[in-house]
Amino acid sequence: MTKGILGRKVGLTQIFQEDGTVVPVTVLEVGPCHVLQVKTVERDGYEAVQLGYLDKPRRLASRAQRGQVATISSKRSKVRAASGVEAVSKPNCEPKRFVREFRGSTDAEVGSQVTAAVLEGVTAVDVIGTSKGRGFAGVMKRHNFSGQRATHGVKKCHRHAGGTSMGTYPGRTLKGKKMAGHYGNARKTVRNLKVAKVDVENNLLLVKGAVPGPRGSFVIVRETNKVGPS
Amino acid sequence: MSHKIMELVEKSSLKDDKPQFEIGDTVDVHTKILEGNKERIQVFSGVVIAMSGSGTREMFVVRRIVAGEGVERKFPVHSPKIEKIEVKRKSVVRRAKLYFLRQRSGKAVRLKERRM
Repeated sequence: MTKGILGRKVGLTQIFQEDGTVVPVTVLEVGPCHVLQVKTVERDGYEAVQLGYLDKPRRLASRAQRGQVATISSKRSKVRAASGVEAVSKPNCEPKRFVREFRGSTDAEVGSQVTAAVLEGVTAVDVIGTSKGRGFAGVMKRHNFSGQRATHGVKKCHRHAGGTSMGTYPGRTLKGKKMAGHYGNARKTVRNLKVAKVDVENNLLLVKGAVPGPRGSFVIVRETNKVGPS
Repeated sequence: MSHKIMELVEKSSLKDDKPQFEIGDTVDVHTKILEGNKERIQVFSGVVIAMSGSGTREMFVVRRIVAGEGVERKFPVHSPKIEKIEVKRKSVVRRAKLYFLRQRSGKAVRLKERRM
């Protein structure tokens, strides 16, 4: 399995290195996560490990979510047990707020914990988060267009995109043309962020640079899949 | 809760004994500089004319006159490169930023000393 863990963004700060250089870091609170399920080729068709981060009060969790982490007796489970179907093992923990899978085979047991210790020795990570939503944004904000001039006869078109296509041929606007629209609130991956510090005791991970999303948002952290010189 | 975590993280970058000085103080800033691979101490002395930021980002500006030319250097308070800060003289000032000193030269630069 790729070395990975779930967590959330705490904030940005800077730390000093011994030689006096300042490193801008994002503080991520990672884990401890429970292993909720281990997927196998025989049963699920692929190998993966499912992690859950942060407890969710039972009263807020649906029955399905409660059944995911603990055995709940039901009519169906009784029927299945009677017919000799072996029940899958459950982690017996609280329902989780943030549940994600990491692909690949693993020797982790269902119910075991994953902590920041898995990232020890990792030099760079990828962080996946949900970017801040910006609503319906114009082309200048969304695609870094230049807009038009402030003066020299420009009328009411200062932040417009300009032309969107050619003439009679092709006679249409090409697909994928960058235009105004919804911006942000999308899954974003930042690859190859250098790890500044792993604090296993406090479940903290410090990465150099910025991470998508507001403070407090959930993130997926995995060892970078970027190869070659960084 | 997040606030506590940030404090925890920043604590490792903060100096335990934060140097005590104020705006208007004449200070000697002892900085470690690397020459080749030998480290030596360089002293920059002047008047603290501004402080900004908090936590690990706290900075201060020291102004001095070198060969008739005003020179300002901005230091991070908690930088491990700063060996020590010695307060040589305290003075009476009534504002947080002494940018007005930039307009002055010669005798007018002097600040009234504050006796303890």
